[in-house]
Amino acid sequence: MISAPDVVAFTKEEEYEEEPYNEPALPEEYSVPLFPFASQGANPWSKLSGAKFSRDFILISEFSEQVGPQPLLTIPNDTKVFGTFDLNYFSLRIMSVDYQASFVGHPPGSAYPKLNFVEDSKVVLGDSKEGAFAYVHHLTLYDLEARGFVRPFCMAYISADQHKIMQQFQELSAEFSKASECLKTGNRKAFAGELEKKLKDLDYTRTVLHTETEIQKKANDKGFYSSQAIEKANELASVEKSIIEHQDLLKQIRSYPHRKSKGSALCSAETQHAQDQADQVATTSNPDESADADLYTRRPAYTPKLIKAKSTKCFDKKLKTLEELCDTEYFTQTLAQLSHIEHMFRGDLCYLLTSQIDRALLKQQHITNFLFEDFVEVDDRMVEKQESAPPKPSPGRPPSRSLDECPIPQVFVSVGSYKSSVESVPIKMEQELGDEEYKEVEVTELSSFDPQENLDCLDMDMKGSISSGESIEVLGTEKSTSVLSKSDSQASLTVPLSPQVVRSKAVSHRTISEDSIEVLSTCPSEALIPDDFKASYPSAINEEESSYADDSEGAIHFQASISPPELGEAEEGSLENTLSQTDSSCCIGKESDSLRVPLSTPAHTHSDPDGVVSSPPQRYRQKDQGFHVDFAGENASPSRDNSSEGFPAFELDPSRLLASRDVSKTSLDNYSDTTSNMSSIASTSSDRTPSSAHPTGPSSERHKKRAGQNALKFIRQYPFAHPAIYSLLSGRTLVVLGEDEAIVRKLVTALSIFVPNHSRHAKPVKHWVSSPLHITDFQKWKLIGLQRVTSPAGAGTLHTLSRYSRYTSILDLDSKTLRCPLYRGALVPRLADHRTHIKRGSTYYLHVQSVLTQLCSKAFLYTFCHHLHLPAHDRETEELLASRRASFLKLNLGLVNEDMKVVQYLAELLKLHYVQEPPGTGHPTLRFDYVPSFLYKI
Amino acid sequence: KYLAYEKQVKSPLQTIGEEQTQNPYTELLVLKAHHDIVRFLVQLDEYRFASAGDDGIVVVWNAQTGEKLLELNGHTQKITAIITFPSLEVCEEKTQLILTASADRTVIVWDCDTGRQVQKVSCFQSTVKCLIVLQRLDIWLSGGNDLCVWNRKLDLLCKTSHLSDTGISALIEIPKNCVVAAVGKELIIFRLVTPTGESLEWDILEIKRLLDHQDNILSLVNVNDLSFVTGSHVGEMIIWNILDWTVQARECNFWDPSPQLDTQQEIKLCQKPNDISIHHFTWDEENVFAAVGRGLYVYNLQMKRVIACQKTAHDSSVLHIAKLPNRQLISCSEDGSVRIWELREKQQLAAEPVPTGFFNMWGFGRVNKQASQPVKKQQENATPCSLELIGDLIGHSSSVEMFLYFEDHGVVTCSADHLIILWKNGERESGLRSLKLFQKLEENGDLHLAV
Repeated sequence: MISAPDVVAFTKEEEYEEEPYNEPALPEEYSVPLFPFASQGANPWSKLSGAKFSRDFILISEFSEQVGPQPLLTIPNDTKVFGTFDLNYFSLRIMSVDYQASFVGHPPGSAYPKLNFVEDSKVVLGDSKEGAFAYVHHLTLYDLEARGFVRPFCMAYISADQHKIMQQFQELSAEFSKASECLKTGNRKAFAGELEKKLKDLDYTRTVLHTETEIQKKANDKGFYSSQAIEKANELASVEKSIIEHQDLLKQIRSYPHRKSKGSALCSAETQHAQDQADQVATTSNPDESADADLYTRRPAYTPKLIKAKSTKCFDKKLKTLEELCDTEYFTQTLAQLSHIEHMFRGDLCYLLTSQIDRALLKQQHITNFLFEDFVEVDDRMVEKQESAPPKPSPGRPPSRSLDECPIPQVFVSVGSYKSSVESVPIKMEQELGDEEYKEVEVTELSSFDPQENLDCLDMDMKGSISSGESIEVLGTEKSTSVLSKSDSQASLTVPLSPQVVRSKAVSHRTISEDSIEVLSTCPSEALIPDDFKASYPSAINEEESSYADDSEGAIHFQASISPPELGEAEEGSLENTLSQTDSSCCIGKESDSLRVPLSTPAHTHSDPDGVVSSPPQRYRQKDQGFHVDFAGENASPSRDNSSEGFPAFELDPSRLLASRDVSKTSLDNYSDTTSNMSSIASTSSDRTPSSAHPTGPSSERHKKRAGQNALKFIRQYPFAHPAIYSLLSGRTLVVLGEDEAIVRKLVTALSIFVPNHSRHAKPVKHWVSSPLHITDFQKWKLIGLQRVTSPAGAGTLHTLSRYSRYTSILDLDSKTLRCPLYRGALVPRLADHRTHIKRGSTYYLHVQSVLTQLCSKAFLYTFCHHLHLPAHDRETEELLASRRASFLKLNLGLVNEDMKVVQYLAELLKLHYVQEPPGTGHPTLRFDYVPSFLYKI
Repeated sequence: KYLAYEKQVKSPLQTIGEEQTQNPYTELLVLKAHHDIVRFLVQLDEYRFASAGDDGIVVVWNAQTGEKLLELNGHTQKITAIITFPSLEVCEEKTQLILTASADRTVIVWDCDTGRQVQKVSCFQSTVKCLIVLQRLDIWLSGGNDLCVWNRKLDLLCKTSHLSDTGISALIEIPKNCVVAAVGKELIIFRLVTPTGESLEWDILEIKRLLDHQDNILSLVNVNDLSFVTGSHVGEMIIWNILDWTVQARECNFWDPSPQLDTQQEIKLCQKPNDISIHHFTWDEENVFAAVGRGLYVYNLQMKRVIACQKTAHDSSVLHIAKLPNRQLISCSEDGSVRIWELREKQQLAAEPVPTGFFNMWGFGRVNKQASQPVKKQQENATPCSLELIGDLIGHSSSVEMFLYFEDHGVVTCSADHLIILWKNGERESGLRSLKLFQKLEENGDLHLAV
């Protein structure tokens, strides 16, 4: 291990000031940090880069016991991405900040080597020289042939944009934890397999030795032992010992806390099963007996080899590859997860934040969001909903589980809780108490970044990099806030406190470091507390216990700080708080060296998103997030006032500036319109093809953009676009009839952005049909691409079409006609103005989304107003109700003519969706009106 | 910018545009469970119905939600008759039973609450084509080539001798423990001998054969306590006295009534001679409604004449008709459509202050002081009333075999396209959904009523 960086004990400032609160003009949940360099007039997208890589990538490195730190692979695996960036050098850097240090040793009081199931450590570090910033996730895998049985690895997300790493820390941490969990699960499996083989070898060796000894005994009846015999006996004894040792190791690896990996979505059910069995094995029997029953042994029959004496300690000099260590299946899964991560965090930070805010806000509208939103997010919600169904006792819920269940990054969790984690644990900093002036400057520097909490930390970092002139800094890690004393966080429960209360405002200066590595905070911050460390020391395998209590505390901390009292269920979270903290951890100090640094960490904490997730009422959590944003905004607001003071820190650090501009450039390319695409972007967009496994992130962005572009074309091209769109919005199936499949498909895709969904599961759009339509098709689909067949067989198709004409609007692409009911409303002209100045597909898509969201809220109001649908008292007649509805639609919602039908249709969908149990499972009914149709021509 | 859309089809058929303001059915639900023609629908209670057809399965549905409740499998061939067997009122357990007869020559009794097959009879010599329950006696009769009498426990009480190879096509109950069976051209009256003090045996005796029809009798229904009506393949409709089995009235000039002289020529051209078979009857206190070929006829019992007709109500044979409470009539046809009609008095009569001009000759209807006035006018006019098309339901792609009308849930139609469609009043459904929604809100404690 690399020697410890200078570490300064954390101290926290108890006092804090209420910052002046200014009423923000824009609702704060919509605010996104502005581009920090804007005031300098710099083009934010110009490339000025100290970074030698063109865009973000993921690097996996290993600290090899033979050659030292070395890069293994990058994702994407394309040399163009990291360019001239020195991976070797960077690997050295990132591997040198591993604090988890897990290893096997003979701890005092234990006869056998103990495996240490360590938590991964998560560190943010920056290399200002290289212009690279990284989220570094260290993990340890087991290898029977490795020194101490462990192989340290790390996965790093490398970006030129420091803010991105800092602000997306939670998400990165969550996603990388999944990848890590997957690797480790595979590794445990492989390791157990290795051990079994080894045991068989040893067993065989013992038998052989035993036989030999017996023979010698018989041959030698003189009553004393020859030196040979003694040697044999010793050998036998050492084999016996070795067997016992290995059996113990096997038992340990199998008894790896089952629940730990339970929820891991990436790891298959098989894993679970394996784990289950492992548990059983661990608890009921001893490992040898069950060896054959175990899943771990599901491999071709193994022929044991004779092991030469002393060979047990001999290492094969060729170390296993990562893939060998982890079992190919898991390795592939991990790679998939990593490339998912790479996709997820592509692009500019502003973009990521906007979309996260967007998503979080959408989630709040859980009643209406199914209508027009993407299914990815929606699925996410479904999971959460299921999750929230049983009021579960949090204890025993491992963090990994909840992590896995929220594939979408939780923006506000991060914005909110990360702040506390990062900023409150300054290491190697001197506190500057009450230095208001300084603080103000700091704030100003960051003013344009809204979740200001992070900024304190960023600040510190900036100063660090300015003063130290050294290139690597650890900017922060998670789990830092747990250092908050217990009493402190509990105190925050009793009173509903504003976030500021909890937020530590310790402002620190970092001293100039002689060392090349500066650590702003380290991961197991509570490991600084020696008690914890000692307490946890002996228990190597029970770390799963440690996670929940701390988690829950994290959750509480979070909730208590943000949830207004009416969110009753948040209180449930706070109850968890009363759980006594189990401060066991699984740290084991390295014996020999001076590095008695805290090595690993119990899964702790505030920052951990799972802490938040583990609180049962998911619905409220979303609200929490919303509130969080609010508060974040409030915090940020005072700084905004001073924003004119500029950004001195940035000026002083040109390399950083370059880096972020570089990123901006890349992201601009990524999101530019297809139409305006230059050839150079072709490659970018080609690897952005949506992967089936993760249809989220920027990949579906392209779809939206295309759809928006084509919809825009349609609106400009066809004067009768309005009634066509009205048909879609009012639930009347639109049949797009044409001969050319590609054209029809394209238009159907474009128009599908106007189609309200029935449920979360299926979009009622059929892109291409060539057989005659049936009544059930109209029940199922609201937008159909239909092949025009010129042959006599096609007559049937047309016949049914005219037969069912009352249920459909027919857009004939070949003759450019539309047959559909009249539309005279005001909504669609706003939605689809053919004279619009919007040029980009993605912009138009967003425009549509915003208009539709507004529409949804109208539908929501209409649906959930009791007196509009049910009589206020018994004497009210149905007619009175009807007139009240009509006047509500007209006067309160400002709808005219056919627009009412749109809202009424959406209201029916909302009702249906709300009433169904579970949502989305009911039969879709076909609703229609008996209204005359008209034929429109160009 | 736009041109009015024109109807492509020009036919003598009365059509209605896409604007149907009086048609309340603005919501439909397609129910899929059958694999062959669905021929029968039977209402079980106020919210359930059963469907059966050529695939031999019986499906029980929830008429409100369209949910498939049960699937009853047991027959190996197509189902030929289905009837509900209501439990006795004295009986404690209110299990709803249904009887199904099939071409596999079995009759199965089902418990349609559990889907259990209660009992199965398979000793038939021929396919049972019709079933009838005489609730008063708690027995049921099966009609095939012979007529059998069964009790609730499925013991054969008695049977007739072999009647005919074509078998009994229809059965109804008439007073004095008698039943009427339509066998080919004949109507046969049977009397049931119930066990008395002297003999414990059941018996069934043939009383009379009525030979007034020229062709096969297709339909046979009870109209009221005084008469029943039969219809034959060649368009003869005979109204019989239910007590003495004499002919009360006969109408057989359906192909040549007079009212719509302008269309008559056309009709004759396209009408095939067999197009006047009477497939189905329905009735109310005043009128018998007959589905004659492609047309609909309203026969007034008092005046003993057709008071309204629609000769080409559908593109092809009308298979089933039903009277709705509000003077409306629904018909379904082989052409795959369902049409809703309203019986209206013609213009000159509509001006009269009298809404319903006819009173029942048996005195069930309101005694109208002005009754004599419309009668006078009717004599002047050939058909005093007209059937106005107020809506059509287009959904099935093949012949609509039958439909059921639920007061609260709308209309259920079944068809040869294997589908069942539930047609609902969209407005009412919307209200119901709102009600449910607010109920759920209330359950969840999310409903906050403003004071």
